[in-house]
Amino acid sequence: MSSRVSAPSNGLSDAAVTRLRALGRWPEFESGRYSVVEEIGRGGMGTVFLATDDELGREVAIKIPNALASASLERRLRREARVLARLEHPGIVPIHDAGRLADGRLFYVMKRVRGETLGDHLRHVPDLTERLRIFERICEPVAFAHARGFVHRDLKPDNVMVGAFGEVMVMDWGVAKTVDSLQSSVASHSLQSQSPFDDAQGDPELVEGSTVPVDSLRLQSSSSVGSLRPAETEVGTVIGTAGFMAPEQARGEAAEVDERADVYGLGAILFLLLTGRIPDADPRAALRLIKVPRPLAAICARALEVEPSKRYQTATALADEVARYRDNRKVHAHRETALERAIRFGRTYRTAILLVLAYIVMRAAVAFLAGW
Amino acid sequence: MEPDDVRSSGGFPATRHSAIERIRDPDPDTRREAFGDLVAGYWKPVYKHLRLTWRLDVEDARDLTQGFFADAFQKAWLEKYEPGKARFRTFVRVCADRFVMNMRQSSSRLKRGGGVQTLPLDFDGAEREVASRSLTPASSRPPDPDEFFHQEFVRALFDQTVNDLRAEYAERGRKIPFTLFERYDLAPVEGVSYAELAREFGLTPAQVTNNLAQVRRRFRERALDALRGLCGSDQEFRREARDLFGLEIE
Repeated sequence: MSSRVSAPSNGLSDAAVTRLRALGRWPEFESGRYSVVEEIGRGGMGTVFLATDDELGREVAIKIPNALASASLERRLRREARVLARLEHPGIVPIHDAGRLADGRLFYVMKRVRGETLGDHLRHVPDLTERLRIFERICEPVAFAHARGFVHRDLKPDNVMVGAFGEVMVMDWGVAKTVDSLQSSVASHSLQSQSPFDDAQGDPELVEGSTVPVDSLRLQSSSSVGSLRPAETEVGTVIGTAGFMAPEQARGEAAEVDERADVYGLGAILFLLLTGRIPDADPRAALRLIKVPRPLAAICARALEVEPSKRYQTATALADEVARYRDNRKVHAHRETALERAIRFGRTYRTAILLVLAYIVMRAAVAFLAGW
Repeated sequence: MEPDDVRSSGGFPATRHSAIERIRDPDPDTRREAFGDLVAGYWKPVYKHLRLTWRLDVEDARDLTQGFFADAFQKAWLEKYEPGKARFRTFVRVCADRFVMNMRQSSSRLKRGGGVQTLPLDFDGAEREVASRSLTPASSRPPDPDEFFHQEFVRALFDQTVNDLRAEYAERGRKIPFTLFERYDLAPVEGVSYAELAREFGLTPAQVTNNLAQVRRRFRERALDALRGLCGSDQEFRREARDLFGLEIE
C-alpha cells in the first residue's frame, strides 16, 4: 500500500477556501482591460458580472457561460452576442465587446443595465395606465427584433428590466432564433460570418433557425408574481418558461415558432400586468374573475389564443390595441355594447359634453328666470 | 502537462479516471496508486471526523484512521461502492463510522504498530488545523457530520492541490506567479491589492493580473483533475464540480 505524503501544513483558512471556490466562476481576462467587481446575476446558461472597463473608465456587465468546454452553452452565448450586435435599439442592451477568457470560455461585454426586473417593478406601480405604458415600451424592441428577423422565445418578467425613469430593456436573447418568413437572409448572413469568436463548426442552430428539443416541461398553474422563479429556463431541456411560453413552443414544434410565439409571451406579460398572476389554462376566466376592463381582457385573451393564427399577428398590432384602449378609442378585439360605446363616447368627449350640458342648463335657467 | 499548455485542452485536462474505476483495475500498480490518491484525499476528513464528530482523543483518532485505511486496502471494501446509492465521499464517511462502531463493539482498539501498516500521514498538521479553528471536541455542539466531512474534504483537496501547484511552479523556476497567488488568494484575510503586489514585486498591475490568472487557471484544472480522481463516477464528478466551483462540466 502506498500513499502520497501530504506536506506538513496548517491547512487553508476558511476564507482562503471560500476564495478558491469562487475562482471557478470568476472570469480571468488575459488583456487586463476588465476588472471584475462582483457577480450580479446567475442563470441556467451563464453568469453576469459587474466589471469596470479600465480603458474607457466605465462600468460594464460581462456574461460568461457557467460551463467549461461546453459546446452547447458556447453556441448559445455566441448566438446571444451576435443577436445583440444586430439589434441596435434603445430597448435592447447594447453589446460592447466579445472574446475568450484565459480558460478558453467565451464572454461578451454589454452595457450595465440599472433598474429592476418587471416583476419587482410592478410591486410599486399600481396605476393601470402606467402599467400599460410600460407594456407598450416592452412591445417596441420585440417588434424591432421581429422586423430584423429574430424571435426572442423567452419573454417573461425576469427578462425585462425597468429603469428609474420607466425606460424598458428586453434582456436575455440567448434562445432567440431567426425566422425564415422575416428578414432571415439578413440575420442568417450576419450570424454565419466567421471570426475569432467562432468555432470550427459554425452554428447550425442559428443558420437553420432550429431549436433545442424540448425534453420536458415543468408547468405551473396560475400563481403570483413572487413564484415566477421556479419555472426558469433550463439548459438543454426547455426553451422558454412555462406560463409565458406559447403552446406551439411548449409542444416542441420548432418549425411553428415565429413572431406570434412572442405575441403570446407579450400576452402573458400583459396578463401579469392586469392580474398579478401567470396565465393558466383558462386565462379568460381569470380575467373575468379579477374584473379586468372588458376591452383589455379581450386584448389579452386574443394575444393568448392557443392557435397562432387567432392571435395578433405582430407585436406592433398588440401594442397598437393597448394604445387604443389607453387613448379611449375603440378596440378591435372587443365588440362593444351600446352602453359601453356611450360610456367610451362620454369619456372621450367629456369636456365637450360638460360644456354643452352647462350651456343647456344656463339657457334653461335664463329662460326660467325671464318667465318668472 | 506544463502550466502554459492548458489552453490546448480546452481549459480542462480530463486525464484521471474515477477512483472506483482505478481501484478495480486488474493492474496492482494502478490499484495501489489509486488507493494512495484516495488516502491522500480522504485521510484528513476522516481523521477530523473521528476527532470532532466521534469526539475521539488524538491517539484513538490516529490509530483508527490508520486502521481504517489499512483495513480498506486489505479487505478491498471500497471497491464495493455502488455509485447509484450515494456520493463516494458519503460512502467513505459511512464506512469510517461503521469501522469505529465495529472497533468499539469488539473492544479491540487498534494499537499503533499493532500489525497495521503505518501510512506516512501528517497527523500533527491535521491536529494543528483542528486547534487553529477552535474545532475542538470540547465544543458544545458536534458539527453536522455530512456537512463537516464535505467541508474538510474540500479543504484537503485544495490543500493538496496547492502543494502540488507549489511544487510545479518551483520545478519550472517560476516562483513569482505562485507567490502572488499565495499572497493574494491564500492569505487568511483579504487586504493586499493588485497595485500593492505590483509595487512589491516590481511588476505592472496588468502583469499581476495575468500571473494570477495563469496560476488560478492551473489551480482549477489541478483541483478538478484531483476531484475526478476522488469521485465514484463521472456523474458524481460533474455534480461535485458544480457544487465546488459552480461550473458545469460536459
